[in-house]
Amino acid sequence: MMKQRRKLWITLSFLAAFHLAVLFAGFFAPYNFSTQNRDFPFAPPMRAHFVDTQGKFHLRPFVYGLRLDPAALSGFTTDFARIYPVRFFAGGPRYSIVGLFSSSLHLFEVDSTGRIFLLGSDGYGRDQFSRFLYGGQLSLLAGLLAAALSVGIGIAIGALAGFYGGWIDDVLMRGAELFLALPWLYLLLAVRSALPLHVSESQVFLLLICVIGLIGWSRPGRLIRGAVLSAKERNFVLAARGFGASDLFLLRRHVLPQTYGIILTQLALLFPQYILAEVTLTFLGLGVGEPMPSWGSLFAPLQQYAVLVSDWWMFVPALILVPLFLAYYFVADTLQERLKSVAL
Amino acid sequence: MRSFPRLAPASLYLAAAVLCAASVACAFGLPDASGASHAASTEDFLVTNNPPGHDGGQIVVALRSEPKTLNPVLATDISSRDVIRCLTADLIHINRGTLKTEPALAESWRVSPDGRVYTLKLRRGVRFSDGQPFTADDVVFSFRVYLDPKVNSSQRDQMIVGGKPIVVQKIDEGTVRFTLAEPYAAAERLFDSVAMLPRHLLENDYNSGKFDQVWPLTTAPAQFAGLGPFRLKEYVPGVRIVLERNPYYWKKDRADTQLPYLDRLVFLFVDSEDAQVIRFQSGDTDVLSRFNAEDFSILQQTAAARHYRLYDLGPGLEFNFLFFNLNDLSSKNLPEIAAKQAWFRDVRFRQAVSAAVDREAIVRLVYNGRATPIWGPVTPGDKLWTDHEIPHPARSLDTARQLLKSAGFSWTSAGGLIDPHGKPVEFSILSTSSNVQRSKMATLIQDDLSQLGMNVHVVPLEFRTVVDRLLNTYNYEAAVMGLANGDTDPNPEMNVWLSSGGTHLWHPGQQKPATPWEAEIDRLMEQQLVTMNYAKRKELYDRVQELLYRQMPLICLVSPDLLAGAKNNIADFHPAILDPYALWNVEQLYVQ
Repeated sequence: MMKQRRKLWITLSFLAAFHLAVLFAGFFAPYNFSTQNRDFPFAPPMRAHFVDTQGKFHLRPFVYGLRLDPAALSGFTTDFARIYPVRFFAGGPRYSIVGLFSSSLHLFEVDSTGRIFLLGSDGYGRDQFSRFLYGGQLSLLAGLLAAALSVGIGIAIGALAGFYGGWIDDVLMRGAELFLALPWLYLLLAVRSALPLHVSESQVFLLLICVIGLIGWSRPGRLIRGAVLSAKERNFVLAARGFGASDLFLLRRHVLPQTYGIILTQLALLFPQYILAEVTLTFLGLGVGEPMPSWGSLFAPLQQYAVLVSDWWMFVPALILVPLFLAYYFVADTLQERLKSVAL
Repeated sequence: MRSFPRLAPASLYLAAAVLCAASVACAFGLPDASGASHAASTEDFLVTNNPPGHDGGQIVVALRSEPKTLNPVLATDISSRDVIRCLTADLIHINRGTLKTEPALAESWRVSPDGRVYTLKLRRGVRFSDGQPFTADDVVFSFRVYLDPKVNSSQRDQMIVGGKPIVVQKIDEGTVRFTLAEPYAAAERLFDSVAMLPRHLLENDYNSGKFDQVWPLTTAPAQFAGLGPFRLKEYVPGVRIVLERNPYYWKKDRADTQLPYLDRLVFLFVDSEDAQVIRFQSGDTDVLSRFNAEDFSILQQTAAARHYRLYDLGPGLEFNFLFFNLNDLSSKNLPEIAAKQAWFRDVRFRQAVSAAVDREAIVRLVYNGRATPIWGPVTPGDKLWTDHEIPHPARSLDTARQLLKSAGFSWTSAGGLIDPHGKPVEFSILSTSSNVQRSKMATLIQDDLSQLGMNVHVVPLEFRTVVDRLLNTYNYEAAVMGLANGDTDPNPEMNVWLSSGGTHLWHPGQQKPATPWEAEIDRLMEQQLVTMNYAKRKELYDRVQELLYRQMPLICLVSPDLLAGAKNNIADFHPAILDPYALWNVEQLYVQ
């Protein structure tokens, strides 16, 4: 039990740190997400060094310069003659946090003649590390809002179906089954291609959330309906009804609080699933357009054989997602365990 | 005592001798697929002047999609045309190596002094791949089918000169006369790739109106007859199509060996360009063409180890460009786009966009350096027709800003561009989602124009949707597209430059020219069509190119290099810049 608790706290801290980094992407990322460095397309990742080629130790870490070299396998050679010290808490390109306040303070920077590509660069020379953080903002937000939408609709419909029963229940649940059966990918493809030419980025984003969220309400809906069905037969609910409570009061005050456990676990489960849905759509080219990054658009160049074979660093964002999703599923599992033991 | 067998009577020997002689004579006369040269026939062979090779072997080529048909008149997709070209032959052929016309099924021809009548003498003794003789009746039949508007061949347009279809007359068994309504420059070139059809197999279907069902992929080999170096052997749906040597082919080399050298030609169907590259790299296929520059770099790394050579032929005839919607939208319900056309129609706006685009970056980032920046549609690969007087200005944001200022645009304090009425400049660029290069070009242009303060969106859409918007609904603002001329001669591209043309992309199908410069281009193009002298035609075409440069309806970007690859043991492989790039001399290829 203690081990379980400690694991949970470690996981939660990891998730919190990750989300904080993504939220303050402007601070943690050295570059803007759209800045192209056309002299450094598909540059391999660079790491910071402490000891230079002469064996001298530098207190401040530094990176070497990068030079185009068609003869080299990666197309670049390290220019050991140029040393760019890494400056911490330095000034750089301006950014804004959630559109509320802007700043130009960055965690680390190098001089503008040098570059620091921690995860390499893409085909236009854009820093993958910065794009990963900024892309996380879009993907995580889309996943969160879509999950909230799904669960919200699930609560509304599930509660109605479970509480009133009868033909309302039948109709609503058959509707839920229809949504479960729909192949969501093809529906999304169809919707995206029917869009008019002039959709701004934010409209595409909202549409994406709506479609993903609207398709997936049926699973939480059915679970909540089941919970409501059993909850409404409890003694205290019948007693309250005897005292003349209205339906809405019963739902709000007595029945729905008993479904909080399910709601929470569903949210924790759907969040990663919807993040993946958004990543899939953008990977297929149906999400928000250039130059806005999303995790899906970071993986999209991997569809080409040439990139797959020669630019291994383009895989790294996908690898980072693995522990992230494991963390989410672990939290969801633990929540389920905990809330099961809380007697209904 | 053993008795020796009696010697056979003399008569038996005589009979045996006669039988042997007869069978030898028959062997020489019978068709056989091993390609032994035919003895004394009255056939007029075309003698090629390539270094002689030897018989035997096969070549495997990958096709990016399964062909749709084997019908030469109706085939429009690349895969079908690749296969059909190996099965059929034309009267006068453009040699892809020299880019000049040369005799093919027509041995020689005479032109009347007024340039309107061409009398072609057919090669004698030629037979179809099923042994039936080829005569003037087949030629007349073929042209009847191609010119029939009900059959609706895509090649019909190039046979209409001066508004009237050419008239084909049989003079005798070996002579055909073609009469054009007007003298037509480079009339010989219009015979190229017009495959001659076998009347004995197809006339019935044509007369009963069922020509569109003729020769699907599943045609039995016995039902197909062509005059090309190969004939149909086998088709396995979804897997491959196999061609075998045509024993009646009418070409031979200087050493009297009948062409083709190869026993078999195999076309494999693979799903995508990446699959094509992987199969070539692993040795499954022998020849590779139509692949992009990034794959070239990957292939170069294993060229020595896997025994193949790669070729970079320099700029081909393809040109990629950005263009704006200049259509008349009064009958369509597109008010937003119509309002933005006030910007697009101003030539200074288009010139500013052209000055701001970083063509060098496109060459470097999209094509790994294997492309050439261009400022006009006639690429450096077309040596005969390029206008060398067209300037090649370097990228200059200052020039762009000055042009925009002179057109009445200005900038907000945040750096955004606004038009004379204060409306921020914002538009979208369409690109084809399946074409990675064009989408990348659009993203680079988006970044370039953002430095001028323009807010540009990139919208990748599926190919057919893009074509529909460009040619039917006109529901687009700007687009990045590419075209490739089918021949070095300007005439096949008439439909792009004529204002009434269907592929006059920025404003197709005009009833009358919408602008004075388009009217001028119409006049010049129609004049060069009927001018016979090359120098005078070049002058006219140069003026067209200069007008296109000054008015910039197409902002030309880059021309990608032509790339090809072949295994080391394929001899006589000389890729060309005209389609079919790799297999134009397939009858001369052999395996060492």
